[in-house]
Amino acid sequence: MKLHEKYRQKESCLKVVKAITNLSKTPITIMEVCGGHTMALYKFGIPSLLPETINLVSGPGCPVCVTDKRYIDHVVALSRKEKVIITTFGDLIRVPGSTSSLENEKAHGADIRIVYSPLEALTIAKENSDKKVVFPGIGFETTAPTTAATVLNACEKKINNLFILSSHKVMPPAMSALINEGVKIDGYLCPGHVSVITGSGIYYPIVEQFKKGCVISGFEPLDILLSIYMLVKQFEADKPAVEIEYKRAVRPEGNTKALSILDKVYQPGDAWWRGLGVIPKSGLDFRVEYADFDAQKAIDVEIEETKEVSGCICGEILKGLKSAKDCPLYKKVCSPANPVGACMVSSEGACAAFYRYGV
Amino acid sequence: MKHKEILLNHGSGGRLSRELFDSVFGKYFSNPTLNKMTDSAVFKSPGENIAFTTDSYVVDPIFFPGGHIGTLAVCGTLNDLSVSGATPLMLSAGFIIEEGFSVESLETIVADMAAIAKDAGVNIVTGDTKVVDRGKCDGIFINTSGIGSLSDEKKDISFGTNISVGDKIIINGPIGDHGMAIVSKRNQINLHTEIKSDCAPLNKLISGILDISSNIKFMRDATRGGLATVLCECAENKDFGISIDETVIPVNNGVAGLCEMLGFDPLYIANEGKVVMIVSALDAEKILKKLKEHALGKDAAIIGEVVENHHGKVSLQTEIGGRRVVEIPAGDQLPRIC
Repeated sequence: MKLHEKYRQKESCLKVVKAITNLSKTPITIMEVCGGHTMALYKFGIPSLLPETINLVSGPGCPVCVTDKRYIDHVVALSRKEKVIITTFGDLIRVPGSTSSLENEKAHGADIRIVYSPLEALTIAKENSDKKVVFPGIGFETTAPTTAATVLNACEKKINNLFILSSHKVMPPAMSALINEGVKIDGYLCPGHVSVITGSGIYYPIVEQFKKGCVISGFEPLDILLSIYMLVKQFEADKPAVEIEYKRAVRPEGNTKALSILDKVYQPGDAWWRGLGVIPKSGLDFRVEYADFDAQKAIDVEIEETKEVSGCICGEILKGLKSAKDCPLYKKVCSPANPVGACMVSSEGACAAFYRYGV
Repeated sequence: MKHKEILLNHGSGGRLSRELFDSVFGKYFSNPTLNKMTDSAVFKSPGENIAFTTDSYVVDPIFFPGGHIGTLAVCGTLNDLSVSGATPLMLSAGFIIEEGFSVESLETIVADMAAIAKDAGVNIVTGDTKVVDRGKCDGIFINTSGIGSLSDEKKDISFGTNISVGDKIIINGPIGDHGMAIVSKRNQINLHTEIKSDCAPLNKLISGILDISSNIKFMRDATRGGLATVLCECAENKDFGISIDETVIPVNNGVAGLCEMLGFDPLYIANEGKVVMIVSALDAEKILKKLKEHALGKDAAIIGEVVENHHGKVSLQTEIGGRRVVEIPAGDQLPRIC
């Protein structure tokens, strides 16, 4: 039996569902903060199996969704410059800025290329030494180390035409900010791949300060169901704790090599989160030694004034306060074909998940 | 032919055009109608109804595991006729070729097109060739059109007019092979995969089942947008729903694995040798058995049924026993970030 089949066995999953149903007596709100979890929950139809006491909400776990519109406008402006190549993750291509998107700019002749890794951007920079290659660095602790490693690689190879427009963020400050804002959360389903990098220690302040359980979950249905069971068990016993369900990938100390690369290149900085505003020390800024890679400083560009679409409630959806069906634009104006907000266009966005898999 | 690369003059209608035709198109597509070299192919009207279809092919990469633009061009148009219930009779083929395109590649493309058409019992009776400046097209673009004959009793198959609650849904084999074969080559993923396009002509498979059952209510080939799009479009605004079971939808391991890595859903991935059928429950097992006798149907499966609830929607039972709704995708899927 292949590894993932073991974690998708109907019999095992339904056994855990039964255990959850027997255990869960008090209504509990569990927030997941990972786009991969958003998708997996709906793809496997997990909400349809859970008892009514369990309320699953989607938080700001989709890196594209929490990227503010001004950042998109900045990338769009860069794409319009002569001799600039934008190398981007595919998910960013259709995110709407104030008046345009990268997809739109590509149709108008901008040199925009989809890459699977920032290392591809490095190769493109090497092959196009007369141009500036910009990589929009978005994503959480899972992807930030690869951007950092690319920067170190560029230094070693003396490639000086690669620039990063960094919008990397870290999760725990946002998790705390949500609770501080009064969003009702009884426990967190913690991001699996972020935790592979960071380890479990980053969640201890959530438990110590706010007494909310944190269970680090894998992405298979059995992982998620087991994690929900663990959170419910903690909640019913009033014993919040940090636990690792995803033991086959996550170690308490994390990936120390990735963390040291991250620490070498980046330092904590304030970051703007769509829906949450500025969260102190939730972003990653270049250390001064690597400031030359910062596209924001290195390339002069005029960015248009940010315009928000009225009616879009991405912010509240990202906080788990509302869902797609509460949005006046959902399906009427905003759809995957014509997205208004990032929550719809991103393949891991809550609205996109709801549209693709919801009722 | 002495030139190894296509020149602009190969499309100008003069001597070089004639040389190209004689060496490549005429050589492989040869048949009495085409050989007359008239401006129009003339033939007797085929009977009750004419089915007529056209498609243009711009695939990148031009050559991919399991096929190329030419095989797509012939199979795609043949299949559009076949899934309508029509018997394909003849095809046209129009080529737009970029200056500098390899003659050897062109010959491979045309030879394979001719072979598939011959095997399907169909001639390419008319065509056209244009050559454009370097950079004005991506190597080669092909348009094929097809004509078929369609009896009155099969006219409703395209529309699904007679679909009713209880009908079964059948697909002739694993989904996602073509789209993932293209993805694996187009995006420099640099993975060794064994995924090959399922590009194939379905006319003989389909005529076999039309011969044994008059209760085939609907057919469509699951090309762009995949199986999900076919089912969603079929159910949209109708007074029935469609329910499918994920555990019985065939997907090859390689396709499933690559989809997992990229965050794609095989339900939405293009196929070029798959037909989705909705048939009466009474004939379902008989049709399934007949499909399995053919190489292109050996992995056929009944994957769901037409149901009374959730009108207009497609509902899927997941492999863990949960339920979710299947929607039409917005466009091409984008690979996951993390």
